[in-house]
Amino acid sequence: MRESIIMKIHYGTALGAVALVAVHILMRLSQKFSDSLQYQNVIANYHFLPYALMLEVILVLLSVHGFNGLRVILLELKQGATYERAINYGSIVAMAALVAYGSRTILMAGMGHS
Amino acid sequence: MATVEVPQEKKAESTIPAPTQSTPKTITLRISRFNPSENAETKFEEFKIPVQKWTTVLEAILYVKQNLDHSIAVRYSCRQASCGSCGMKINGKPRLACYTKISELESNVVTVEPMNNFPIIRDLAVDFKQLFSTHKKMKPFIVNEESEVLPGTKEFVQTPQDLEKFLQFSYCIKCGLCNSACPTMATDKSFVGPQGLAQAYRYTVDNRDQGKKERLKIVDQSHGIWRCHFAGSCSNVCPKGVDPAMAIQLLRGYLLGFRT
Repeated sequence: MRESIIMKIHYGTALGAVALVAVHILMRLSQKFSDSLQYQNVIANYHFLPYALMLEVILVLLSVHGFNGLRVILLELKQGATYERAINYGSIVAMAALVAYGSRTILMAGMGHS
Repeated sequence: MATVEVPQEKKAESTIPAPTQSTPKTITLRISRFNPSENAETKFEEFKIPVQKWTTVLEAILYVKQNLDHSIAVRYSCRQASCGSCGMKINGKPRLACYTKISELESNVVTVEPMNNFPIIRDLAVDFKQLFSTHKKMKPFIVNEESEVLPGTKEFVQTPQDLEKFLQFSYCIKCGLCNSACPTMATDKSFVGPQGLAQAYRYTVDNRDQGKKERLKIVDQSHGIWRCHFAGSCSNVCPKGVDPAMAIQLLRGYLLGFRT
């Protein structure tokens, strides 16, 4: 993939994440902050489908943005064809693994498992 | 018989003040010495030299070469900031030695070192191979199939506004100071660098050129234009007033779709 397309995704995910994390924080302010972290309230959030979907989108946006950022830092740190290939594929694998693990948590909490 | 008085010529008095004498002073010139064929350690040698207020760093180095130690390696040519040969780190900042007066440094100790981010050949002389090869990769010429002036054709017309878009970037003398100051180049040896990117912009924005697509493809790679962090150090050190940091941001505009 061309670097300009990757960077467009990088900037887009940053903007999207800032907007959705702002919504997420504002939702915490709908009640006392300490109450929002109560077990029942957290589980209730996962049971509310639109909110659970928003958390899933935040997870994807932050994973894509974060791992691409890490990829860029590592590419600047050291150079070499094998190293760069390992970093590129490693970032994709790590990103997919994090999204899968986070999605599993969202799904389990949403279905009532803990 | 009438007589005419011819006025005597007054001796012209000069209104230009006599030049004031510059009092020579002695400064310490610290020169970085490195010879890869002898040993791999860099050491500093100090020389006490007399300077006038107009003495440049290059003149001071040449004084040392002529009178104290002729083995110092330094590259220079035009002595007027046109050739871009004498770039070096002077008191920690990349500058042209021929364009930096010792008096403007306001220090009695002047330290000269080879530029950062370039392989050192010896002492103050660095290897420009990568700079020139990157410059060449950017296709630093007008790409236009109709550029030959044949009978029946005429030169391309450019308005002053068209010229203004790239004029400052054509002042680049390839001295390498911008690449030397770039923090990305310090860690990423494959980075194209501000010099190459500014030249890519210079030709891309030229309305006579048709090679925009090719050049954008060259800079749009993993060690290309996107690795610039916009520190602005390149623009800060350019002796010709070129602003490579701005060129990079404007060139990004093409890749992000803000410019066509």
